[in-house]
Amino acid sequence: MPKYILDRRRFLRRTGEVVLVVTAAGRVIFTDPGRSFAIAMEVLDEHGARTLLAMTRALYPHPSIGDEYYAVVVEALDAEAKADAAVANLLKDGVARLDAAKGVPFVALSPGTQEEVLASLEGDPFFQKVRGASVFHFYNNKLLWRHFGYEGSSFEYGGYLRRGFQDLGWLPDPPPEVSPEPYFG
Amino acid sequence: MARFELSDDSVVVVIGSGAGGGTLANELCQKGIKVVLLEAGKRHEIRDFVNNEWDSFFQLAWLDKRTTSGSWRIARDFPNLPAWTCKTVGGTTVHWAGASLRFQPHEFKAKSVYGDIPGANLLDWPIDYDELAPFYDRAEDKLGVTRTHDIPGLPGNNNFKVFYNGAIRVGYGKVHTGRMAINSRPRHDRPSCQQIGFCFQGCKAGAKWSTLYTEIPAAEATGRLDLRTEATALRIEHNAAGKVTGVLYADAEGRQHFQKARLVCVACNAIETPRLLLNSASSQFPDGLANSSGQVGRNYMRHTTGSVYAAFDQPVHMYRGTTMAGIVMDEAGHRPERGFAGGYELETLSLGLPFLAAFLDPGAWGRAFTRKLEFYDHMAGMWIVGEDMPQETNAVTLHPTEKDPFGLPIPNVHFDDHPNDIAMREHAYRAGRRIYEAAGAREVYEVPPYPSTHNLGTCRMSDKPRDGVVNRFGQTHDIANLFISDGSQFTTGAAENPTLTIVALAIRQAETIAGMMSRGEI
Repeated sequence: MPKYILDRRRFLRRTGEVVLVVTAAGRVIFTDPGRSFAIAMEVLDEHGARTLLAMTRALYPHPSIGDEYYAVVVEALDAEAKADAAVANLLKDGVARLDAAKGVPFVALSPGTQEEVLASLEGDPFFQKVRGASVFHFYNNKLLWRHFGYEGSSFEYGGYLRRGFQDLGWLPDPPPEVSPEPYFG
Repeated sequence: MARFELSDDSVVVVIGSGAGGGTLANELCQKGIKVVLLEAGKRHEIRDFVNNEWDSFFQLAWLDKRTTSGSWRIARDFPNLPAWTCKTVGGTTVHWAGASLRFQPHEFKAKSVYGDIPGANLLDWPIDYDELAPFYDRAEDKLGVTRTHDIPGLPGNNNFKVFYNGAIRVGYGKVHTGRMAINSRPRHDRPSCQQIGFCFQGCKAGAKWSTLYTEIPAAEATGRLDLRTEATALRIEHNAAGKVTGVLYADAEGRQHFQKARLVCVACNAIETPRLLLNSASSQFPDGLANSSGQVGRNYMRHTTGSVYAAFDQPVHMYRGTTMAGIVMDEAGHRPERGFAGGYELETLSLGLPFLAAFLDPGAWGRAFTRKLEFYDHMAGMWIVGEDMPQETNAVTLHPTEKDPFGLPIPNVHFDDHPNDIAMREHAYRAGRRIYEAAGAREVYEVPPYPSTHNLGTCRMSDKPRDGVVNRFGQTHDIANLFISDGSQFTTGAAENPTLTIVALAIRQAETIAGMMSRGEI
């Protein structure tokens, strides 16, 4: 099975929630009702994956961004867990602690209570592992950059010399002695 | 490219190919001197650079394990990444933003001008501005610094437009697009800036000066440069007479070689340079090479830095164009009535979304944080760079237990802010805030220092062997044929980005070395 099965146009249009599916072979995958994408877990079980997804979103909540983007972080954590048993144990124990905090599964807590539970774990290695992976993998996703107004790699378009590096129009232009005219060659 | 024998003891070995080592190697080769240049990193060319912050970071950054201690926030947020420097041919000149400012004359005389500051290990440089001025001039010509040598300034980008308008409204007057080693016109076989916006990731246009595609190819063209990449210097050896004899290094496969040398110049940036001297301790020099003063590794400086970002009601797109697009120089002087000694520059800066998420408020999470990032394309940013106080206790030392893959102790970097550093940073945060509020900011963010890009002072220059490691030419007081050729030499840090001064010192040092060699003094 390919790692990602996705239809890019549908992927970008969606902002829904992912669902977890356990395949006939017993493999846990994140997908969506239309099956436009799928991310398979190698180590994490269904509950672990679902809990880490909730944690990742609670750490870096963006209401307009769909779960599939947070699932990328869980996939990365799963890969780390596969490569390193210590990480696998850290995540497994961490999920158990998230659930134990209020005696109710973390995924069933309200966003406010989830935040309170996470705050109580701040500085803990499990918290740091998931937070670090989240800030790295979530914001490093090129598919999200446009959402934030970041354009990414520019050299293949000739940089911004002719593409708006000084197009800001709501303030006066600095005089040429402090900001000379561009050289276009 | 030349190949010299390991047994050739007539060569000069330069360790490190960045601003100091790369420049020195070329200057020596141009004078007819044979140079073996050891570079720990690979040779990534312009075509290899990537416009992607994390991919580039893992391609270029020095990622060997280091530890940190002290009260600086880096020790908490980035405990194994005290510095953001490079391990690649060209060193940190691949990554630098290009700001090329001369020190101000008084900054060479910090102790005399600032007076006694408790806790600060201040010292005057043994040289003064006038002595370095002709070398600054040559360095500016070499680098193609804008606003020098009739080179026009760069055009300001959107980030500069916000910065400029705010700065003028609060009354600043020395505001422009800076003195930058980025071509505003084609010059010296380098094209002009394409406003790519990834200066930190290696300039894909080659418009920014880097030793990678200027000094090093020029040195190779002389037939006198033997550049060895992925060559990690492990130890500098010496003889019974107390002269260095060569450098033990490991190649890409981990095989160790000993390159003999007539003299050795160390330019590994201010963390690895003292580490190499300390790791070269012997029965004759039990505290490390050139360390009779006890100052090797001490007085570590990193500039008083910090950033101010602000969100506006309308779009800015700060990431378009040169990363460091302009400067306010009004706060650079020494005006103790502000409550601190020394001064600082304000320089625009931008980060892409991946790095801003990591550095805007390291460790932060939750909705208050993510809401800030949702204004990414409405943000402007600036960086503070100011003089920090040398302190003996701010030091690069050898880790007592942790070793690198070659079995050598890794470096620990200890740093505590001096009260003067804190007072300056607070002043600068307030200044940056005023600028952005004057430009109409809806919200202003004070951002803590990034891992250090300006690493200085750990083998400082002094005329007196008892309080400094090197003399006025970067020659170590203890060992006549051992030189320090990077920012480690800095006696004090000044307010300015250090590269131009490192290059000027390297040009000057090459003349000194060539003269000493021709006179048979070394």
